Amino acid sequence: MLAKVGASNIDDLFVDVPEVARLDGPIHDLPMHASEMAVERHMKRLAAKNLAAENTPFFLGAGAYRHHVPASVDTVIQRGEFLTAYTPYQPEIAQGTLQMLFEFQTQVARLYGCAVANASLYDGSTACWEAVAMATRVTKRKRAVLSGALHPHYAQVVKTMAQFTGDEIADSAPAIQTEPDLEGLTARIDDQTACVVVQYPDILGRISDLSKVAEAAHAKGALLVVVNTEPVALGAVKSPGEMGADIVVGEGQAIGVGLQFGGPYLGLFAVRDPKHVRQMPGRLCGETTDAEGKRGFVLTLSTREQHIRREKATSNICTNSGLCALAFSVHMTLLGEQGLRELAAENHRLACHAADRLEKVPGVRLLNRAFFNEFTLMLDGKPAREIVRDLADRGILGGVSLGRLYPGVKALEQALLVAVTETTTEDDIETLATELEALVKEPAQ
Amino acid sequence: MNAPNKSGWKPAMEAAEEGGVRGPVTTTGNRALMLEEPLLFEIGHAETTGVDLPRIGEGKSPRLGGFERSDSIGLVGLTEPETVRHYTRLSRQNYGIDLGFFPLGSCTMKHNPRLNEKLARLPGFADIHPLAPQSSVQGALEVIDELATWLKTLTGMPAVAMSPKAGAHGELCGILAIRAAHTAAGNPREVVLVPESAHGTNPATAAFAGYKVDNIPATPEGRVDVEALKARLGPDVAAVMITNPNTCGLFEKDFRTIADAVHEVGGYVYCDGANFNAIVGRVRPGDLGVDAMHINLHKTFSTPHGGGGPGSGPVVFSEALAPFAPLPYVEKDASGELHIVEEENTDEEHQTFGRMTAFHGQMGMFTRALTYILSHGADGLKQVAEDAVLNANYILRSLEDILHAPFADSGPCMHEALFGDKDFGGGLSTLDLAKGLIDEGYHPMTVYFPLVVHGAMLVEPTETESKASIDQFITAFRSVTERALAGDESLKQAPYYAPRRRLDETAAARKPRLTWEAPEG
Repeated sequence: MLAKVGASNIDDLFVDVPEVARLDGPIHDLPMHASEMAVERHMKRLAAKNLAAENTPFFLGAGAYRHHVPASVDTVIQRGEFLTAYTPYQPEIAQGTLQMLFEFQTQVARLYGCAVANASLYDGSTACWEAVAMATRVTKRKRAVLSGALHPHYAQVVKTMAQFTGDEIADSAPAIQTEPDLEGLTARIDDQTACVVVQYPDILGRISDLSKVAEAAHAKGALLVVVNTEPVALGAVKSPGEMGADIVVGEGQAIGVGLQFGGPYLGLFAVRDPKHVRQMPGRLCGETTDAEGKRGFVLTLSTREQHIRREKATSNICTNSGLCALAFSVHMTLLGEQGLRELAAENHRLACHAADRLEKVPGVRLLNRAFFNEFTLMLDGKPAREIVRDLADRGILGGVSLGRLYPGVKALEQALLVAVTETTTEDDIETLATELEALVKEPAQ
Repeated sequence: MNAPNKSGWKPAMEAAEEGGVRGPVTTTGNRALMLEEPLLFEIGHAETTGVDLPRIGEGKSPRLGGFERSDSIGLVGLTEPETVRHYTRLSRQNYGIDLGFFPLGSCTMKHNPRLNEKLARLPGFADIHPLAPQSSVQGALEVIDELATWLKTLTGMPAVAMSPKAGAHGELCGILAIRAAHTAAGNPREVVLVPESAHGTNPATAAFAGYKVDNIPATPEGRVDVEALKARLGPDVAAVMITNPNTCGLFEKDFRTIADAVHEVGGYVYCDGANFNAIVGRVRPGDLGVDAMHINLHKTFSTPHGGGGPGSGPVVFSEALAPFAPLPYVEKDASGELHIVEEENTDEEHQTFGRMTAFHGQMGMFTRALTYILSHGADGLKQVAEDAVLNANYILRSLEDILHAPFADSGPCMHEALFGDKDFGGGLSTLDLAKGLIDEGYHPMTVYFPLVVHGAMLVEPTETESKASIDQFITAFRSVTERALAGDESLKQAPYYAPRRRLDETAAARKPRLTWEAPEG
């Protein structure tokens, strides 16, 4: 091969590298190659240092939820034809990915009560920013009003991006109260507001009457963006589209994808009104026919995208979350409408049971009136963040403290978010109640 | 199950089978192992489910605030065997690296080792929550820290941001850090310079960050025109974004000179690291004067492309930009314990521009990439680059006599070989050649990119392919090229043997059908 390319050795092929950047051999201070067994041993040692959710009573949520994933989901996504394919730019030999995406778009649109969904974005938080950016394009206004009960990391992503686009973001911390403050939120919408962003269920697990917010937003010519971080909830509660949301975005991780320490996850993005399709970010798969008249699918409306439009694109997004979309779609296909409804009902039933049991612990108060599978507890004594650490020392992953999500916000530091799914057992709930009782009684230091 | 595919499309069996015996039209539309598959919504039912949930007992009245969903959602289910069959059939209409050679230039379709998949699925990695108490996830933080150390050492850069979710997200991270650094110095500046041959994400990213994009021309030999770039430099220039090796497959020999000139006017150098696989282990971008560079773990470090994602795009930073890196990041404290920094903490060393994503980045990709890196080691990674470059040069020199290779005289190519469609006969185009390659059993190369070459064809073999595999590809490529040069009309209808013939993209865009709707009546 070297002879064919006219080189005497491999270094001849790197002659264009300037002298200053040439290395004399493998980079120092790095290990050499290792056998499959050695690598496996090393990685397993690292994995063993983590407390896996399956080995412990587990109650964490706040934007990432642990659900049972049927075995066939992982089998399907490991088929090499899906796993090792690229973005379907040659549609004649990518109909598997394309038809799957068309089905996925339909599933997401229906779950969200929308007309059209895209083929996925990176995750819920980046989808949330893309929704704000789209709303500014549609309304030609530059102000976004964020609900105080939007996941704080999502709000931070929006604020980070807005610094650079010059959009004005109005947000606030959540108030600890049983019902979301919708009057306060709608009062902040004005004639310059592009969109109002509401999480549903919200960061405290509460369920808002979105139709009131939609009405107030539309009255001022603003769009309603609804963020959902727990798609299973939509098997039990009304869809955001039905309640008047214009753009619905969310995190799809809960269905099929798994926890994975935060990524890769699955950004979902849908619009209620098909007239907004050409302002959407990300890839879209559409139906068409081939030269013989057979139905087939292609990526479409790509004139919105960076590889065609370059600096005029609707977004700089290139890669999506294709394989996570497949996992979501397979899991959703296994569930079906009935399965999703049953799954949602079981989550809610167990969450109600947990709320009732935990509320009985002295020094613990349940904040929510309404919730799906996650609720907020107010704890007496030590800050919740410390109690979460103490619980972890006892082998229990007892929830997410608002102190971690809102560092430095005094009013929130006694609050603990508890998520309950079908994977939670009644024994787990009993264990948490018992340990919480012991810890809440301990005086604050 | 296995129901004939009744609705939506009409199977036609009149494909060109020149010279062969045409078999009978089948009732199902199938042809032996080539099985058609209806849409999920045409075969599923609302009441069918493939999961078996334990039912512990009836709940009391719901506490959903009166917002119970009473309408039909419109979802359908399949049983487990139906589900497995549905997706298995769909999968067989896809081309993947597992099936054959996939020389998609700039996309780096290399083998995805299955050890990566196995280890990423260990419950200690796959079943941990991003907000779990840090004491319970020290192993995960070690993975991030260990991968970060590799990336910093391989690039010769002092810092890395791990959270960006993909290449374009990494570009955004780099440009936002650059903008934050300029802003901290008193003036964000106005312009980002981007060569004509850049990936579309480069100008899209710069524009998103509020910069005006100015294009820099290429020289006839396919590299950045250094004189033109120098002439454009001034106090308004925030940064240049340069891909190295570039999208013409060439190493930018003058990169260091460019970097020095940019630094002289107070600008920063962003390197698009999409092509890092060509130089990994052999060249450290830090030695070339780079200030920020994203690394596509799904290209250089073999995490699977999954039909379009997920990716992962960590960004390495120079000393000057390191303080502006996004939250969250992992730090080692004095006792050697790892912890996640999630809060803004402003001092000299910490002036973060904010948060780009909800959690810590693509952990599932980190475990896969680290597995690949540990398997190869410093010596193996160097060989990855060398084999990829050798394979690409072999293809360039094996086809340059028959295909227009605009930069064949510009020295060795790096990991990809670039050709153009000059001299094609009969009005045939690059697209026709690509579709002809599909019939030969190959995934086509990247077409019509970079924009600087007419009818561009960018061929990237990666280190995965053996000489036998490449020789076979060259034979096939030559035969299709000969047909294109001769103006063989039949190429205009290719592919003939794929699951679908050419698809009507114009019709798809004119009247978009983006979700399934039940046929009327």
